[in-house]
Amino acid sequence: MKTFRENLSGYIFMLLALSSISALALITVFIIVQGAPLIADVGVIDFIFGMTWAPSQGEYGIFPMIIGSLSVTLGAVILGVPVGICCAIFLAEFAPVKLRNLFRPAIQLLAGIPSVVYGFWGLIFIVPFIRDYLGGPGLSILAASVILAIMILPTVISISEVSILALPRQYKEGALALGMTHWQTIFYVILPAAKSGIVAAIILGIGRAIGETMAVIMVVGNATAIPTSILDPVRTLTTNIGIEMGYASGEHRQALFATGIVLFIIIMVLNSLAQYITRKK
Amino acid sequence: MNSRDHERIAKALIWTAALFVLAVLAFILIYILARGLPRLDWEFLTEIPRNMGRSGGVSSTIVGTLMVTSLAVAIAVPFGIGTAFYLAEYTRGGYITRIIRFCAESLAGIPSIVYGLFGFIFFVIFLGLGWSVISGALTLSVMILPTLIRTSEEAIRAVPNIYREVSYSLSATKWQTIIKVVFPSALPGIANGIILSVGRCIAETAAVILTAGSALRMPSSVFSPTRTMAVHFYILAMEGISMENAFGTAALLIILIFLINVVANTFVNRFVAKGVKR
Repeated sequence: MKTFRENLSGYIFMLLALSSISALALITVFIIVQGAPLIADVGVIDFIFGMTWAPSQGEYGIFPMIIGSLSVTLGAVILGVPVGICCAIFLAEFAPVKLRNLFRPAIQLLAGIPSVVYGFWGLIFIVPFIRDYLGGPGLSILAASVILAIMILPTVISISEVSILALPRQYKEGALALGMTHWQTIFYVILPAAKSGIVAAIILGIGRAIGETMAVIMVVGNATAIPTSILDPVRTLTTNIGIEMGYASGEHRQALFATGIVLFIIIMVLNSLAQYITRKK
Repeated sequence: MNSRDHERIAKALIWTAALFVLAVLAFILIYILARGLPRLDWEFLTEIPRNMGRSGGVSSTIVGTLMVTSLAVAIAVPFGIGTAFYLAEYTRGGYITRIIRFCAESLAGIPSIVYGLFGFIFFVIFLGLGWSVISGALTLSVMILPTLIRTSEEAIRAVPNIYREVSYSLSATKWQTIIKVVFPSALPGIANGIILSVGRCIAETAAVILTAGSALRMPSSVFSPTRTMAVHFYILAMEGISMENAFGTAALLIILIFLINVVANTFVNRFVAKGVKR
């Protein structure tokens, strides 16, 4: 009886684990089955590099959206990553205990606040600011980049900080013993040693920025044209789905799932890359 | 410029960046709370939205949020904790562990809109559940799985091995050891993961709007469509229905998330304090 219960409990845990991971398989299959026929119809090249998105005329090209996603993500990385790494160094090396005890929960709160709240704040504060002081419609790549930069901060900060704190103490002590200043130690010893963790943090941050939907919809303008400046509105892969999914049907809906496939592939590549980098050491 | 100047400049830069981030967070919170908090009164919380949300309160969206969230967590918790126990106690870092971990980490990175697409085509259409509380909850349960797995696994691994050894030496079986020794010790950490998942469910918009719908009626069962607070807030703000009510709903969401974080942190602190004492 006892061994039966032992075996049974082992199998139950395995079953729970296998059903958890089968979710990933289900997601992959269902999204591909929905979207792939349309990509096959339109042609992979025409779908990805097509310049016109006009579902009513049966034209499905997502190149402007790919450019849109890349540009807002690049902007978010440029604005957010340096600040995030500085914060991680601050938390790991400089922060007085009291400030650290305030900072960590603050970052947690930053991560927990609904993305729509950031989008809303962007809509009523950042967008008018850009319109009044920099020109253009305000709804723009720049506005989305600013919002996304804030939203990727928790990811970048927490993963970078963990990888800095995981370093053996001897690295730092050795460097200081050689007469390096604190900053030299950080710059020449700690950061290079924590490089893989920081790179993973940046990649996961990129993943968050590419995948964010609602906050971006609210500030990015959603025009399906190739942008010429950072003050132009664009549409991203995610916002394309988010905006049109509500009323799409038939071929149009398939095209949105096809957009989802492209997004899904980008994210899986980024995920695998981040996992590979963290595991390599 | 000598190394001391470098030191000073670098330090100043890092302090500036850190304080800047705190300032931005404080600014966003104050900006929204200052206009949202005055809107929060008893009527706002207890009245049904009227006239598309232009007037009235948000009660049906609070009920919708509670239903979707509690159901999602209830569905996901057994799977999350079971997977964590399997990873931490049953596998020895073999092939299967690697696959499970890869899948869990990949699930964690999938954007919520993709969960929304999946939930829509699988739960709403394929299983025929329609836009409903249950479709939304099932979709969210998949979305929060990775968080649950990771936090539970960490908590289980943090239980000192000596606990298990003592239990085995008293001739307890593996199952007994897991249920009576490891699980209670890991519970604060697991609870922290559950609470964070609740927060994610409440905050989620993209995945819910595609699966639970956006009906303003009070949901009568798990098969009725509903609108969660985050979705309601999004629609109020995007369609310019009522900025005043949008601010109120946003303030409500921020307060909820803040409380959830506070509760989660007390669990973590208790966990850490316990570990240090022993």
